[in-house]
Amino acid sequence: MNIIVLVKQVPDTTEVSIDPKTGNLVREGVESIINPHDRHALEAALQFKEQHGGSITAISMGPGQAVDALSEALGMGADDGILLSDPAFAGADTWATSYTLARAIEKKGDYDLILCGRQAIDGDTAQVGPQLAELLGIAQVTSVCGVESLESGSSRVLKRIKGGRELIHCPLPALWSVVSELNTPRYPHMERLIRACDPKSAIVTWNAADIGVKTQDVGLQGSLTQVIATFPPKTERKGEMLEGDPRSMVSSLVARLRENKL
Amino acid sequence: MPSVWIDYDLCDGCTLCIKKCPYGAVELQEGRPRILDNCTCCGLCLEVCKQGALQTDIQQRAIPDFSSWSGIWVFAEQHDGRLADVGLELLGKAREIGDQRSEEVCALLLGNGVEDLAGTLFSYGADRVYLVQDPLLGTYSTEGYTAALARLVDAYQPEILLVGATDLGRDLAPRLARRVGAGLTADCTGLKIDAEEGILLQTRPAFGGNIMATIANRFSRPQMATVRPGVMEKKTGFPSEGVLCREEAGITEQTIRVNRLETRAEEHEPIDLSKARVIVTAGRGAASKEGLALLGELARALDGELAGTRALIEEEWLPPDRQIGQTGQTVRPELYIGCGVSGAVQHRAGMSGSRYVIAVNKDSRAPIFQVADWGLVGDLFQIIPELINTLSDKAPGSSG
Repeated sequence: MNIIVLVKQVPDTTEVSIDPKTGNLVREGVESIINPHDRHALEAALQFKEQHGGSITAISMGPGQAVDALSEALGMGADDGILLSDPAFAGADTWATSYTLARAIEKKGDYDLILCGRQAIDGDTAQVGPQLAELLGIAQVTSVCGVESLESGSSRVLKRIKGGRELIHCPLPALWSVVSELNTPRYPHMERLIRACDPKSAIVTWNAADIGVKTQDVGLQGSLTQVIATFPPKTERKGEMLEGDPRSMVSSLVARLRENKL
Repeated sequence: MPSVWIDYDLCDGCTLCIKKCPYGAVELQEGRPRILDNCTCCGLCLEVCKQGALQTDIQQRAIPDFSSWSGIWVFAEQHDGRLADVGLELLGKAREIGDQRSEEVCALLLGNGVEDLAGTLFSYGADRVYLVQDPLLGTYSTEGYTAALARLVDAYQPEILLVGATDLGRDLAPRLARRVGAGLTADCTGLKIDAEEGILLQTRPAFGGNIMATIANRFSRPQMATVRPGVMEKKTGFPSEGVLCREEAGITEQTIRVNRLETRAEEHEPIDLSKARVIVTAGRGAASKEGLALLGELARALDGELAGTRALIEEEWLPPDRQIGQTGQTVRPELYIGCGVSGAVQHRAGMSGSRYVIAVNKDSRAPIFQVADWGLVGDLFQIIPELINTLSDKAPGSSG
């Protein structure tokens, strides 16, 4: 059972704030972390490997510093890592990202399963997984919350839907996106983590030439959608703080509700 | 690689380029903007520079001629013969866009034995319904639905295609977009037509709701977007008749490799918070048996529903179907009352569309107060009983 896990390095969005003067994101001092959902994908891969053998390759696309996400994946137990990094990849939307990943995975070859997290916490699109599955021509199951059986060429998995779960038959190779209830990710093993951070570790970097893509087909140039503006979320609230003891606060609140016919 | 650079003889240090950059790739250093390594050469800064100080060797990408693509399409999601609300909401928006663009509004209805639903789609604003019925479409499958929809897109070339950002929509739309060669924007909360270019401007939250981004889809058709349920408003009162087009699915059993074997429902019927007029939300400050009992009582007094923040769901104080926020439901009730809710951005992303917001919190610095109409600083165990009493004393049924 050879498994590819897609990991993304993201800013810790719980730490991101907005500069009240410029309205821009304050990114300075914000820690980069492995996308939390991807840790569940890694954990699933590790458990499958424990049961069925095989190898786990973690793949990430990002700037050079994204190697940290792969080191962490190796620290958790992945066998090797591939960092797709090239200035030409910058600014990619999900169309260009799925294309870049697909070319890299075709170059790597030999896989039974591709696992990814439900979505990344910075973009929150949940699009790259299905787009990649389409490009590779393999089956997909999104929101996998349980696995009933997994053997070569075939699987039965549980898919989380609103109000319940579905039991799904899925042939392999396939791509699954996983939800957090699937498992509890293990912590990276310290010795493994140290080994992973060694320059001679099992992490390789591939650029555009390595995977044979034209720069106009990747990154912002190869994207079909583009961000044309960003702005802070608007609020048009009254923002009135009611004063006094609980009783007087409540009576002014009820008066406000009446005024607004609530 | 092309690049962007600054002619400092022309730059007057106005910082407009810094404000415009969506990637945070322009920084002020010693009073002058500087372009950082993470510049993607998107070119937005060039448009805002009044001095012409920003220069580039980016080649303008040619926009293909899409004048033959026409029609505003909505995927009408249905389960077991019942239409999902989000499809009807999207028809309301599509109607508005269709009227602006003088284009036909079409609903895509896929399934088996779902013909009766077409009338509803007309009455919510569709001019035309493409009806694709096939026993293989009786239950949703990614591959069956993708193939049937791609066939329609290829045949009729719509300008815009909207899909609800439901579990199903988020599974289907990216696969379909990739197959038909279209760009796709996820989880939009705002859609409008750009007055000059006539393209669809798609607005969505990013970075956990910390920032809103407007996205354009200039280089492919249809312009595809998934849209959060509960965000757009339904429009009713249209004639319940229109053009019904029956189409072939064009699929075989071999098309569908992934099969649903069975559905396991949760023990209780999930709550649809998006339908509640009043929502009382418990935050960490109410995470106790007493706190939840009190808020439950308030919700009942107001004929509303009780909901919680992510922490309350994770600590199993409330079931997952009552979670509001980025990883829970998006709601837009008439009245939202947050009790002991701090108001993290992830939570605010799910409730900021509420008509009126009341916040009760001990901590006057809690971010929830920034998005509240009325804020009450104090102990919810004193305030809420007082509120319940006042409501029941003075005007029974004042919730309505």
